[in-house]
Amino acid sequence: MTEILLNVALLVAVLILLGVYVSWRATRIDRLHVRLETARAVLDAALVRRAAVALELAASRQLDPATSLLLAAAAHEARIADADNREFAESDLSRALRAVVDQPDFRRTLADREDGAALLDDLDAAVRKVSYARSFYNNAVTATRTARRKLLPRVLPLSGRAPLPEFFEIDDAPPET
Amino acid sequence: MRIGIVCPYTWDVPGGVQSHVRDLTEALLASGHEVSVIAPADDDAPLPPYVVSAGRAVPVPYNGSVARLSFGFLSAARVRRWIREGRFDVLHVHEPASPSLGVLACWAADGPIVATFHASFERSRALSAAGPILQSALEKITARIAVSEKARKTLVEHLGGDAVLIPNGVTTERYTMATPLPGWPGDDGALGFLGRMDEQRKGLPVLLRAFETLGRERPGLRLLLAGPGDAEEIRAKVSPELRSRVVNLGLVSEADKVRALHSVDVFVAPNTGGESFGIVLAEAMAAGAPILASDIPAFNRVLLGGRAGALFRVGDPAALAAGAAELLDDAPRRKQLSDEAKAAVRVYDWSTVARDVVRVYETVAGDTGVVEITQSRP
Repeated sequence: MTEILLNVALLVAVLILLGVYVSWRATRIDRLHVRLETARAVLDAALVRRAAVALELAASRQLDPATSLLLAAAAHEARIADADNREFAESDLSRALRAVVDQPDFRRTLADREDGAALLDDLDAAVRKVSYARSFYNNAVTATRTARRKLLPRVLPLSGRAPLPEFFEIDDAPPET
Repeated sequence: MRIGIVCPYTWDVPGGVQSHVRDLTEALLASGHEVSVIAPADDDAPLPPYVVSAGRAVPVPYNGSVARLSFGFLSAARVRRWIREGRFDVLHVHEPASPSLGVLACWAADGPIVATFHASFERSRALSAAGPILQSALEKITARIAVSEKARKTLVEHLGGDAVLIPNGVTTERYTMATPLPGWPGDDGALGFLGRMDEQRKGLPVLLRAFETLGRERPGLRLLLAGPGDAEEIRAKVSPELRSRVVNLGLVSEADKVRALHSVDVFVAPNTGGESFGIVLAEAMAAGAPILASDIPAFNRVLLGGRAGALFRVGDPAALAAGAAELLDDAPRRKQLSDEAKAAVRVYDWSTVARDVVRVYETVAGDTGVVEITQSRP
């Protein structure tokens, strides 16, 4: 009799420990998903900000019309691209920005004009923040994918119905400074 | 912005991470941010006003050497209190993979956490073994920074994931003023070299071979060397009649290094490769020393293709000798190079580097509120 009681107690203890462990793992995965969503929002904001600064530069009347048109078109494409074409359009914007800013003497010429230096600062910051935000987002994707590949999350629905996150791959090399 | 910085190593002991944290903090304060640093420190150690002590660090064996680290319940409690009372917009943890305040802060905090990785090693048993334990703390880091390509590689290989690269800065104003060493540079010209003497990549042999010709052509020319390495071995490589004109200072203090940079007519950087950035070159530029450097890609870039310092063909003693002779005979050109170098080095100044770090803060901080104490167990 006591032996059965002892076994039952032992079983209950094991179940409780197991429950604590599973809930700890679930908390971790949940935290990773929160981090992932935040990182994604930050990345989207950084991309929108970069397109906005590019548009502002295009509309500043400090550039020649051809350069303005090139920048405005690339920024517009990046803003309206759907999910399938987003990465291509954003890469194209990076290339357009490099083509514009890396022109000989572009920085010096623009810095001498009205508001030019401030525009350049805004652009540099926006471009840098895109590559930072993308790195941080992709890190969050790596961490989440690694965590969800483990055995426990695969057999138990610890991540709910959230789809496996995808990396965001673009050419975000900045213009030369 | 309110920024909380966690330094894992004892504040009052000199070290790379400590000076990084100090220089970064001072650059951030100078641009108007509010910064608080928590670091291990002895109770009676004199601390700058922005440093909060987390208690004494204990010397323990870690990763193949003895490190002074801070751990245990008391440290953990102090870190928690510091985070709760600090109400930081961003928490910036340095070296979070070392068993010290960094990892404690990661455990305790919820919110935007930036981490900077400094160390680089080929293989770390400590780090490999710690991987699974660290995982749940490292998962909370929002943004990762590596200070060098090597540190980044170490991170990728040992812990997975990537980091953005933001190199160390140079506090250029520390280099601008110094008294030359007594008797230097002298009337007959002086060349200078700084760096590890026994490391082939630093290129000292190329310079010594060039000095064989230069020294004979110019009877008063002297060569000033500073850096770790076997002094006798170096002198043995120089012809006996030139030996008296090669002065080896050996390993020098920070202050004497600056003085040495001010004591020469031409600073030679004969590196044969491997430099990703060349902090020594940046320091020489900040001191306004006229520079003659090998034309490896990194130096070519730092010296603006020859505008902020003369370049010679890498590994070629004859080219080095010719370039040095030209500069030694042309004082106006040296002055011009010195001025250009002082202007060009501003890109590597801490104020510029700190601006990139602030961009990282702004990227992650957003409007998510301040860093708080974690409610659930870590």
